[in-house]
Amino acid sequence: MSEHDDLSRRAARRALLAGAAAALAGVTIAPGIRLIEVAQAAAEPGAPVSSRVRWGLLIDVGRCTEGCSECVLACNRENGLDGGTRPTDSQWIRIVELKDRRTGRKASAPVMCQHCANPPCVDVCPTGASFKRADGIVLVDRHTCIGCRYCMMACPYKARSFVHEPLTHQKPEVPRGKGCVESCTLCVHRIDRGDGPACAQACPTQAILFGNLNDPQSAISRRIAEVQTTQLRADFALGTGVRYTGL
Amino acid sequence: MANRASRGRLAAMLAALAFSGVLPGAAHAEGTRVPLPSFSVDRSTTCVAPPDVMRRTHMEMLKHRRDKTVHQGIRGGDESLNRCISCHASKTSGAAIGAPDAFCQSCHDYAGVKLDCFECHQGRPGAQARLGGEAPR
Repeated sequence: MSEHDDLSRRAARRALLAGAAAALAGVTIAPGIRLIEVAQAAAEPGAPVSSRVRWGLLIDVGRCTEGCSECVLACNRENGLDGGTRPTDSQWIRIVELKDRRTGRKASAPVMCQHCANPPCVDVCPTGASFKRADGIVLVDRHTCIGCRYCMMACPYKARSFVHEPLTHQKPEVPRGKGCVESCTLCVHRIDRGDGPACAQACPTQAILFGNLNDPQSAISRRIAEVQTTQLRADFALGTGVRYTGL
Repeated sequence: MANRASRGRLAAMLAALAFSGVLPGAAHAEGTRVPLPSFSVDRSTTCVAPPDVMRRTHMEMLKHRRDKTVHQGIRGGDESLNRCISCHASKTSGAAIGAPDAFCQSCHDYAGVKLDCFECHQGRPGAQARLGGEAPR
C-alpha cells in the first residue's frame, strides 16, 4: 500500500468516526452511561486497557431502598454466584444496613470491592495474583492465585471471598474455581465489550452510577463535582474508586 | 519370589490391555494396531494452525492469550479458550470435557496430561451468544 493511500484511508476513517460520535452523542444506554462515554473510554478492539480511564461507581445511599437486593441478585446472575450467605459462600456485594442510634435514621447501601487506587490486597499478595488493571479495576488473576487469603485479611472492606467448594456451572465469561480468592470485578467482561456493571444496570432506583472518573465530562465526574461524596474509611487514604453520597 | 512373579503377570496383562485397545478413551486407527484417542469433532472447518502445530503449542497459545485477557482486557481472538470450545465442544454432550468423546478430555486422558483449565473455565460454548452471536473479536 502506498503512503498516500494509507493517509487518505486514515482520513476517511477519522471522518467516519467523528460522524458516528456526533450521531451517538447523548444517547443513554444505562443509568448514568451515555454511549459516547463508553465509545470514548472503551479501547479499540485488540488494544490493551489504558490508564486514561479510571472506572468508578457512585452510590447514592438516599436512593437505595431498604430491603431491596436487586444489585446483589443481578451480580449473582451475571457472575454465576449461587447467592448463599454462609461465611464460606462467595459474596461480591453485601448490603450493609446502617442505623444512627441517636436519631434512629436508617440507611442501607451495597458494599463491594472499592477498587482502590492503592489497594492493600495488591500490596500483600505474595504471587502477584492480586493486581490493579491500568483502568483502575482491581482483580485476582486466578492462574497465579495460590489461595493464601492474605488479601482477604488486608482488605478493610471485607470485599473478598474464598471459593471453598468445587464449582461446575460457571459462566463462560466468568471463570471461577475452588482454591482461589475472588471479588467484584466491576463486571470487567462487560466493560471490555463497552457495557457497564450488572448491578448499576439492575438498580431500580438508579442508586448506582457507573462511569469514568478521569473524564471530567462523564456523568459520574459531574455528579461528584456537584454533591458531597464519601470514600469509605477515607482515613486509610486508599483512593477508592467507589464513592458514596448521602451516608 | 512369588511377589516378582505376580508383578510380571500384572505387567503382561497391562501390556495386553494396552495393545488390545480396551483402555478407556482409546481406539484403533484404520489399518494400525496403535490405539488413538477417539473424539467427535467438526472436521468441516480448520483450526487456527495445522494439527501438528496445535498439538505441540496450543498450551502456549492459551497461556499467552490468558495473560493478555486478564491483565490487558484483550478478549476473544482465535487463541482464546472460549473460541477453542466454540468449535471443539462435543456434538453429543455439547462440552469439551466430561465425556470420553469430548475433544479436550479424550486426548488429555490418552496422553496422561492433567487438564486444569476446566477446574475454573466452563467447558461449554456460550460466550459467543452473549456477544450478540458474532465471532469474538
